[in-house]
Amino acid sequence: MTRFSAFSLFAKALGGHQGWPEQWPDASPKPAYDAIIVGAGGHGLGAAYYLAKKYGITNVAVIEKGWLGGGNTGRNTTIIRSNYLYDESAHLYDHALKLWDGLSQELNYNTMYSKRGVMMLAHNVHDIQSFKRHIHANRLNGVDNEWLTAEQAKDYCPPLNISPDARYPVLGAALQRRGGTARHDTVAWGYARAAAALGVDIIQNCAVTGIRRGADGAVLGVETERGFIASRRIGVSAAGHSSVIMQMAGLDFPLESYPLQALVSEPVKPVFPCVVMSNTVHAYMSQSDKGELVIGAGTDQYVSYSQRGALHIIEHTLAAICEIFPIFRRMRMLRSWGGIVDVTPDRSPILGKTPVPGLYINCGWGTGGFKATPGAADLLAYTMAKDEPHPINAPYNLDRFRTGRLIDEAAAAAVAH
Amino acid sequence: MLLIHCPYCDQQRAEIEFAYAGEAHIARPLDPAAMSDEDWARYLFIRSNPRGRHHERWRHIHGCGRFFNAVRDTATDKFEATYQAGKPRR
Amino acid sequence: MSGLRLDHGGRMDRRRPVSFSFDGATYQGFAGDTLASALLANGVMLFGRSFKYHRPRGLLGAGSEEPNALVSVSRGPGRHTPNLRATGVEVYDGLVATSQHRWPSLKTDLGAINDRLGMFFPAGFYNKTFMWPRSFWDKLYEPVIRRMAGLGEAPSEEDPDHYAATYAHCDLLIVGAGPAGIDAALEASGTAKRVILIDEQDEAGGGALADPALWPWLQESLKDLAAAPNITVLRRTTAFGYYHDNFIGAVERLTDHLAQIGDGAREKLWRIRAGEVILAQGAIERPLVFAGNDVPGVMLASAARTYLHRYGVAVGKSVALVAAHDSGWQDVFALARAGVIVAAIIEVRDRVAAALLAEAEVLGIPVKLGHSVIDVHGRLAVKGITIARNDHSGAARITCDALLMAGGWTPCVHLWSHSKGSLAWDDALGAYVPDQPNEKVRCVGACSGKWNFGSGLVIDALPTPRDQHRIKAFVDFQNDVTAKDITLAVREGFKSIEHIKRYTTTGMATDQGKTSNLNGLQIASQALGRHVTEVGLTTFRPPYTPQTFGALAGHAKDDLFQPTRKTAIDGWAEEHGAVFELVAQWRRARYFPQAGEDMLAAVNRECRAVRSAVGIFDASTLGKIEVVGPDAAEFLNRMYTNPWKALEPGRCRYGLLLKEDGFITDDGVSARLAPDRFHLTTTTGGAARVLNTMEDYLQTEWPDLDVWLTSTTEQWAVIALQGPLARKLLEPLVAGIDLAGDAFPHMAIREGTVCGVPARLFRVSFTGELGFEINVPAAYGRALWERLMTDGAACGITPYGTEAMHVLRAEKGFIIVGQDTDGTVTPNDAGLDWAVGKKKPDFVGRRSLSRPDIVAPGRKQLVGLLTDDPAVVLEEGAQIVADPAQSIPMKMIGHVTSAYWSETLGRSIALALVAGGHARLGETLYLPMPGQVVRAKVSGMVFFDPAGARLNV
Repeated sequence: MTRFSAFSLFAKALGGHQGWPEQWPDASPKPAYDAIIVGAGGHGLGAAYYLAKKYGITNVAVIEKGWLGGGNTGRNTTIIRSNYLYDESAHLYDHALKLWDGLSQELNYNTMYSKRGVMMLAHNVHDIQSFKRHIHANRLNGVDNEWLTAEQAKDYCPPLNISPDARYPVLGAALQRRGGTARHDTVAWGYARAAAALGVDIIQNCAVTGIRRGADGAVLGVETERGFIASRRIGVSAAGHSSVIMQMAGLDFPLESYPLQALVSEPVKPVFPCVVMSNTVHAYMSQSDKGELVIGAGTDQYVSYSQRGALHIIEHTLAAICEIFPIFRRMRMLRSWGGIVDVTPDRSPILGKTPVPGLYINCGWGTGGFKATPGAADLLAYTMAKDEPHPINAPYNLDRFRTGRLIDEAAAAAVAH
Repeated sequence: MLLIHCPYCDQQRAEIEFAYAGEAHIARPLDPAAMSDEDWARYLFIRSNPRGRHHERWRHIHGCGRFFNAVRDTATDKFEATYQAGKPRR
Repeated sequence: MSGLRLDHGGRMDRRRPVSFSFDGATYQGFAGDTLASALLANGVMLFGRSFKYHRPRGLLGAGSEEPNALVSVSRGPGRHTPNLRATGVEVYDGLVATSQHRWPSLKTDLGAINDRLGMFFPAGFYNKTFMWPRSFWDKLYEPVIRRMAGLGEAPSEEDPDHYAATYAHCDLLIVGAGPAGIDAALEASGTAKRVILIDEQDEAGGGALADPALWPWLQESLKDLAAAPNITVLRRTTAFGYYHDNFIGAVERLTDHLAQIGDGAREKLWRIRAGEVILAQGAIERPLVFAGNDVPGVMLASAARTYLHRYGVAVGKSVALVAAHDSGWQDVFALARAGVIVAAIIEVRDRVAAALLAEAEVLGIPVKLGHSVIDVHGRLAVKGITIARNDHSGAARITCDALLMAGGWTPCVHLWSHSKGSLAWDDALGAYVPDQPNEKVRCVGACSGKWNFGSGLVIDALPTPRDQHRIKAFVDFQNDVTAKDITLAVREGFKSIEHIKRYTTTGMATDQGKTSNLNGLQIASQALGRHVTEVGLTTFRPPYTPQTFGALAGHAKDDLFQPTRKTAIDGWAEEHGAVFELVAQWRRARYFPQAGEDMLAAVNRECRAVRSAVGIFDASTLGKIEVVGPDAAEFLNRMYTNPWKALEPGRCRYGLLLKEDGFITDDGVSARLAPDRFHLTTTTGGAARVLNTMEDYLQTEWPDLDVWLTSTTEQWAVIALQGPLARKLLEPLVAGIDLAGDAFPHMAIREGTVCGVPARLFRVSFTGELGFEINVPAAYGRALWERLMTDGAACGITPYGTEAMHVLRAEKGFIIVGQDTDGTVTPNDAGLDWAVGKKKPDFVGRRSLSRPDIVAPGRKQLVGLLTDDPAVVLEEGAQIVADPAQSIPMKMIGHVTSAYWSETLGRSIALALVAGGHARLGETLYLPMPGQVVRAKVSGMVFFDPAGARLNV
């Protein structure tokens, strides 16, 4: 792997940039691997990287139906935060947040993790109660999250409308300063490059068509468009398509896949310094380093794999944005798109072993998977390497739906992810 | 915005008149107390979530108020049929 | 330069000159000009600076494909709009436009240093550096990158304009009023079809506007369309997105072109549902890729023809053409006929049709077949070009002040692709054309790939003897993506066009790649040695052109964003100084401060009044459902945890609703009016959800039950009279109901009249005091309230709000679902086992209550909490620990759900969810707050009048 640095950039520039090698080879499948990851998003590529890096399992293939990073990794609004309420969630997301810090250096790839702060707006007494509960719980869990008055919130984010006459006036906000954004594509590319350098095969345009199981029920490998690939250890990290893949192994999952839309404005000079989320008004926004306002919408109401949403969802989202930030009413939407998010009944992920020996799952991240990328990847790798979950992801098992030990952040706080 | 046929009103109306109501043909068990935890969890939470033909429920909430069933392809979002609740699975 | 306006021709109105400014200089144009044509007419070639390298840029096109000429238009406070294409801005008298993304000026832009250092900023350079030292990213690198990026300045004040929205339904929607679209409309003009014809320009006609030979036809056709009663023509309207089931979003621009904007809506969103759609969006000419193809004055040949014929502007005095397609020849022929010198035609192909050569000869235009442009001279404007044979020999310089490019045509398949219609690659056109439709839609005219522009050669980049890795030959002009950026991406392993797009940002600028996508694809295809179809095609994403947030938000602004629900008594509360809080979509009076009172003082006074005299409270927002039918009791028995069958008519019961997962979702007191009639109440926020859930079970699980559900939330105004004097105040106003304690006990309902108005009178209490809730038809609510205030004055009646209500109920240990429960709380957790019918075999949620983790010990249970220091009021949401000495992360065992100062008790009280709380009575727990640890003891939940003596009077 050619190390990236200002020096190498300078040196290669003198050669007309003809000396750069491929960041990762486009591998063809070998007959067998020690481990296979299905799904080359940030989570899956990261898991392959950590398998190789931390557990010495380098004979790994990441198999992807389309192009790596082409799913939700490259379609989300890149919000990173860890100020979740429950201990289980705080530990999970903060594990990820700690890995975000330093990820660029670890991967030698600038993921542009930007600690610009994530601010969540409180619009009514219930919001205040809920956010204070979060803040106190976060403080005792060692997760930063602080309460701001409306005036402090406006100081932090000047475009905010804090008029008491607003339909949903801003009564205050919870701010996580370590929260922020990253450049989504580079996370997938950085992990792909680093994993490939450690010997991982990244096999694109190779849809998995079946999961082969032995007489004892354990996995033997995957059937693909390019033939059978053997492995006794298969991790599935396929986001919106998780149900479809798990059904290949005969497993029905507590998942539903919904369209989620997002949009960006035309680029403008820096005007919006942080990430702002409002669950009551239903919108969230940040400004990318390129200058585009990046805006998230809610899911459409029905199950779909079409990666297409309805206009009225966009209308509601922009009405909400203009309500909180009236100065942006003349800004213009440049591009909108849809992804497929897999949602569990308690809106928390499933990350761990499955009833099928050798089959591991990482799914159900709903609308909030990007922020967890390094953490989920690390924990999936751990679980696959040890054949047992790490204490952080142990609560995120499938059995919780039987026993009733749900981790229901949304129900607890009416806070969307 | 989808265009949805309400089998009670017998009209094609815009999606904003309707509320999606989840997968169809998951009947509430007649004797929940007799069920195992596994079976009860399956009833509560397991969904087929197919990429393709999906049986689902909608309510014409800003119309006649009735719940009805539909078959829709989740890959294309195209409806194959809608039919009244209680009618056999298409 | 003295200006390039010709003395004749063009469709602008030469009788209506207008004056406008650009970057502070004043110019003249005509009504009907765009900012682009008017500036060009004044000899302005330099319009903007590119995104990355800050290279000087002029016009590339004449329409919505324009990537370069972006300007800001300001027209007074709040009316600043960045990033407008000069080709789409209609000039009016007084227009003020400025260039953007340059400092200190457009001509002298210090950012252009990036161009000199361009070799160090190839595609993806930021992925490879800015990582050391680590701390510099947040403090230095990213802030600098952010400042360098962006185009125009965002608006800084609230937009004073408003926006409209409408729905439209038609049998046929035609998008694009060029010749093909107009023909399609004319065809439908005699039919019964409702037709909408949409065009984004100020004038219908499309390509015909640049072809005077078609103007008589155009005029006749538009007259016919105007006369056709079934056809609506929308100009200045962009169909920007094609959604499911022939649903098309379009925005009509209503005032931006007017000198006086009046008070009408600025833009209007059209949400159109069409039976059938015809797409006639035309095609966009492709630039050619060669060094210097971005110098101001290098533009699309078709654009030059548009400026000539539509605006009477010659793009140069001496122009050259570089062509790989026949259409460019016709364009320069038109220029030559209009008197413009055509210095040369440089044709990439070795052979062209004899007719073209003959015409060129007639017009005296020198032709260079088998040649390419290898360099363009000039920095702020074209001064000349260097050409060479395609075998690199014979370099020669030609002087010209504009260079036109004819690289072939790209059908506009954007909306077709939004609709998920499939595309097929056409090798001859070098473009994707519509294939199989996914909706009832077809393409006509140039966007279907059928045109009469002649033929051409599909080429990725022009041959050049120069080092391909050292020249800047632009593909995406706005984002400064060059051919070598794309080859670099391929070299680095980015092999799908989606990857190449994201790595180089080609096609991601505000023009969304209208002129660059196909060239990028061709170059990638060449670099990969794969056919274009194996490289893929990026997804076309709405909107077709950028659309205003305000237009998409439509009417949903301020009071119309989400209407505020108000009760019949809300006006009285407002007139009497109430402070309101938002609860779901309602607003409710939170407290009624008197002069000098803060919230605590007001709430204390309100609480004292309820406990000592009588308080009056507007409870109208509570959800209400009328449940009627022979099976009503059976139905409720299945829905609620409580038993209902034995409840006698005239009696009330507290009801608890679970979800099937066993967690509390709603509650409320409900009354049986008759064997087959119940009056249910729900929480304020839960009303719609509860009714929907009940309808769901009734319609789909138990359709055999004969029950009818009706929402009556807004039919009744509900006034709660609470306090020891409540009966005394109410009694004289009531007819037909005996209010005596034994005749009308606690938790009973009676029907009669109050002040002569039919009423349902509940004897219920959420305060622990003697209390009544008077339900009267909503229209009488305020009159009754005012009467009670008048009659109650003598006994000290006091209006109280939701805050006092919360305190009073907490003193009695009554929970609020959603505050003391949170969607993870079971009846047992909340201490509500008494409300669960033990003998009932089933009810919604029952089975879940026996799941392993629901019956496991250690669940969080609702308890009372009394601080050791009675003056300390805990913070709602504060976390509870058993051991305050532990280090972080601490083991938290619960949190405070409700906490108040109790004026009645003269101390603070709180409710809390605590792990194993029911077994911890009397235990001291700790609340680590910033700077201090608060001690509190676990108590029962009922702090006041535990025996209920005050209720049963």
